[in-house]
Amino acid sequence: MDKVTLTINGLKITVDKGMTVLEAALRNGIYIPHLCYHPDLKPVGVCRLCMVEIEGQGLTISCQAPVEQGLMVKTENPEIDKVRRVAVELLIVNYHADCLTCAQNNQNELQRIAAHIGITKERLERLRPPTKTVSVDTSNPFFDRDPNQCVLCGICVRTCEEIQGVSSIDFAFRGYNTTISTFGNKPIAESRCESCGECVVRCPVGALTPKKFQQPSREVKTICPYCGCGCGIYLGVRGNNIVSVRGDVDNPVNKGNLCVKGRFGYDFINHPERLSAPLIKRNGEFVEANWEEALELVTRKLSNYKGDGFATIASAKCTNEENYLIQKFTRAVVGTNNIDHCARLCHAPTVAGLAQSFGSGAMTNSINEVSDAACILAIGTNTTVAHPIIGLQIKKAVQNGAKLIVANPRKIDLCRFTNIFLQHRPGTDVALLMGMMRVIVDEGLLDETFIEKRCENFEDFKDLLSSFNLDFAEQITGVSREKIIKAARLYATCKPATILYAMGITQHTHGTDNVLATSNLALLTGNIGKPSTGVNPLRGQNNVQGACDMGALPNVYPGYQKVNDPMIKSKFENAWGCRLNDSPGLTHIEIFDAIHQGKIKALYLVGENPILSEANAKHVEEAINRLEFLVVQDIFLSETARLADVILPAVTFAEKDGTFTNTERRVQLIRKTIEPIGEAKPDWWITCQIAKRLGGKGFDFLHPKDIMEEIASLTPSYKGISYERLENGGLQWPCVTGEHPGTPILHTQAFATKSGKGKFIPLGYKPSAEVPDDKYPLILTTERSLYQFHTATMTRRVEGLNILRSHEMVEINSKDAAALGIGDGERVRVISRRGVVEAFAKVTDVSPLGVVSMSFHFSESPTNVLTNSALDPVAKIPETKVCAVRIEKLEGEEDRSADYTQR
Amino acid sequence: MEERLKAILLSYEGKTDELIPILQQVQTEFGYLPEEVMLEVAKFIRVPESRVYAVASFYAQFQFTPMGRKRVMVCRGIACHIRGASRILDEVGRILGIKEGETTPDLEYTLETVACIGCCALSPCMMINKKVYAKLAQAKIRKTFSK
Repeated sequence: MDKVTLTINGLKITVDKGMTVLEAALRNGIYIPHLCYHPDLKPVGVCRLCMVEIEGQGLTISCQAPVEQGLMVKTENPEIDKVRRVAVELLIVNYHADCLTCAQNNQNELQRIAAHIGITKERLERLRPPTKTVSVDTSNPFFDRDPNQCVLCGICVRTCEEIQGVSSIDFAFRGYNTTISTFGNKPIAESRCESCGECVVRCPVGALTPKKFQQPSREVKTICPYCGCGCGIYLGVRGNNIVSVRGDVDNPVNKGNLCVKGRFGYDFINHPERLSAPLIKRNGEFVEANWEEALELVTRKLSNYKGDGFATIASAKCTNEENYLIQKFTRAVVGTNNIDHCARLCHAPTVAGLAQSFGSGAMTNSINEVSDAACILAIGTNTTVAHPIIGLQIKKAVQNGAKLIVANPRKIDLCRFTNIFLQHRPGTDVALLMGMMRVIVDEGLLDETFIEKRCENFEDFKDLLSSFNLDFAEQITGVSREKIIKAARLYATCKPATILYAMGITQHTHGTDNVLATSNLALLTGNIGKPSTGVNPLRGQNNVQGACDMGALPNVYPGYQKVNDPMIKSKFENAWGCRLNDSPGLTHIEIFDAIHQGKIKALYLVGENPILSEANAKHVEEAINRLEFLVVQDIFLSETARLADVILPAVTFAEKDGTFTNTERRVQLIRKTIEPIGEAKPDWWITCQIAKRLGGKGFDFLHPKDIMEEIASLTPSYKGISYERLENGGLQWPCVTGEHPGTPILHTQAFATKSGKGKFIPLGYKPSAEVPDDKYPLILTTERSLYQFHTATMTRRVEGLNILRSHEMVEINSKDAAALGIGDGERVRVISRRGVVEAFAKVTDVSPLGVVSMSFHFSESPTNVLTNSALDPVAKIPETKVCAVRIEKLEGEEDRSADYTQR
Repeated sequence: MEERLKAILLSYEGKTDELIPILQQVQTEFGYLPEEVMLEVAKFIRVPESRVYAVASFYAQFQFTPMGRKRVMVCRGIACHIRGASRILDEVGRILGIKEGETTPDLEYTLETVACIGCCALSPCMMINKKVYAKLAQAKIRKTFSK
């Protein structure tokens, strides 16, 4: 970048061209008072405090003045002081200061400015004090807004708009009455505010302050435990309590940004309901035990079930090291491949589908590339809710001029930013994408060179495509052909184009086909293997990518090495010093079926809650009741743990070391922040104890870093990964040697398939397993809330999140609701062929006609009692996104429409 | 309400810079800016609703509560002030039973003050909608409102 040299207060400094004078000064340690400037935001120059004198230009606002070669700048002189002093005095006299009891004390910019300028009491006393006091808005559970301490710098307004893309607040009214206001000047909790707290972090004064705040005595750098984004955080500690959280600005994933859960969702760690001692069920009651008793019982019982009569459910919430040990234990000690985890319920089709077409089932590109895409196709992902930080990237891309195509049956929040919104019927993704591909081929918008050089099987695919027509696509999807054509042209011509998808694509009986449709589309236009392109499955859990990588799957060892490959098998037999079983084990749903049939009698369940998360949950509960022995390892007494014979208390991410692999394949260190609560132990320690007591060899680890060494030695894609390297930041696999920098973009030169080519897969449209009929006329699709996570074992123990969302809501279109006589907030019963659930109705046109949606966060309204466990034949994922239901109004029930600040 | 708004929006394309003209037409049509209508306008021109509120609250021409069918504007210009505008305002308020800035429950009258009507020679004066009432006295006011 070009450099320029300027002089500030007689000091010559050299900076990058394009900077402002204010930035140049601040970066070089020269302080210029400022209130409305923030490095993350576009400068607006409204506070006028950063005034400087530039030779030849007179008094100038330095945040608006670009640096130029040879500028002579003075940051102080009597004239500047005169102007600045009056402005600051007026601000201070109108500021209801209460510094010593304010959370912003010592970090308040106005304090700093006052000290810098030297404000005197005498001069303040000549000014008229403020004539009014406005009430403080305490409606948000996490922060307060005090207009009396607001200096109207607008940083919060710009943060909400530029960074968060929410715009819940703006300047309202005029003159002396100007205030930062929501729509209708209502409490912030009634606005569209998402409680991310980004404005609170940036507020330079005391107007926005967190409700709970204690200065930490130390901070520990780690990774957020919620979704697959894998944001960097600093946990602040006082004693053995987590008292603060802040985003890690150096982390390439979130660059300091956090969502509401990531910033405020940590009360679960020190929660009184944490399991603090092993529990053994005696006569139907849990009794506290010591570790010796509990482990002795577990090993004595488990020794009866060696082989395929045993199964393990691993956890996508646990670390890589722990998942590695859990699968090693299952395979090497028990001798079965019956191991799976919740990836089966979310992204199994991704692993199966992308492995077929690209040879590797993971996000092809990186999160921070999304903002540079020219076109984004977001299909089956409610990104701003389920992956909020990736949602920010999409919004940033739109600000940068990218075209956004959203394909979703529901009119999600991202639709505010779309160029085209394809509102297709649930389960018709293949027809929609095939329609787009037909247009691309017919109009010659395909990338022939790329197909020629890098792909195979195109002719077969093209033959099938030619039998596919747009009338059919229009009829099946319910999207007009004009929109399909427009979307196809946009995706094919605006390059680089990236595809983002999540469970709207995968959780179908044709989930693998859906995934293949996205990969076909990317191959067809050459949108893969280049920056800001690719097929990017957004994975749900913090370490679901890692749990898959570690082989917590029934058919593969770590690094997706097949269990039925004799070479691989002997490699692991040599390494682990045992004989291994070469027949692939059962998948998640199949395990519960086998338990039902009495084939599996003992289950080791780590950090999972299948009674709420599994489709057709009643069936799962029945199965669990048939088990002879169930060991659950968890941090709370979850709905599933209640059914266990023994519960082993594990620690949270904050009490152990380890690594998580985020959705973009980035392996990152988590660090022990506090001592374990009570008698709880890290999962890796527990698994090692059980394994050793059952005669397992190779479980004598003292620290997770030693486990990572073993992982690296056996897993080609993790070969170059070590704790020493991870100390300096995360690494994206494949990372094949100790010097390898990691791989932000996959398939740049060749695909990971055997032939090295990307494979087109011909596809046909298949309807969902259960379609609406007279008896069950509505489609139920499942979704997520921003304020809860998964089965909510963690988030329901964070008080504020439950103020924002505390109960299940069935979202229903206003016309459907009117036809059924259901009003907003009324209690309803949702009935499917498998069960009945009660919840509150939310009448909203986010849901299209004929479709209702529910989350699965609330144990009082266990949505998965309703869902269909019909499986995708390849990936064995159940169809949680489509089932048929009917809805009945519950008469005489309490009406919750009054507390409708809930979202 | 939906139909009346649709009719207004027909003549617009949905561009950001159409906000003020749309709000003006809404104000004329509805007599004020109903919340639901502002939310729809925000969607139509694809700007956040907080921005619509910001713009609407900035200008005195927009109201957030329903206005009376008759707007009574009592002049408080210098000439009127000297000739007893405050007594005029008190009397109108007493007769209508409302204070400045308020509207009668039957939505018949809204009472406002203005800086100057421009009829200083006829002071004290007021306007009801577009008609000026000049050289006011208490009796004359009572007569005006008793009709």
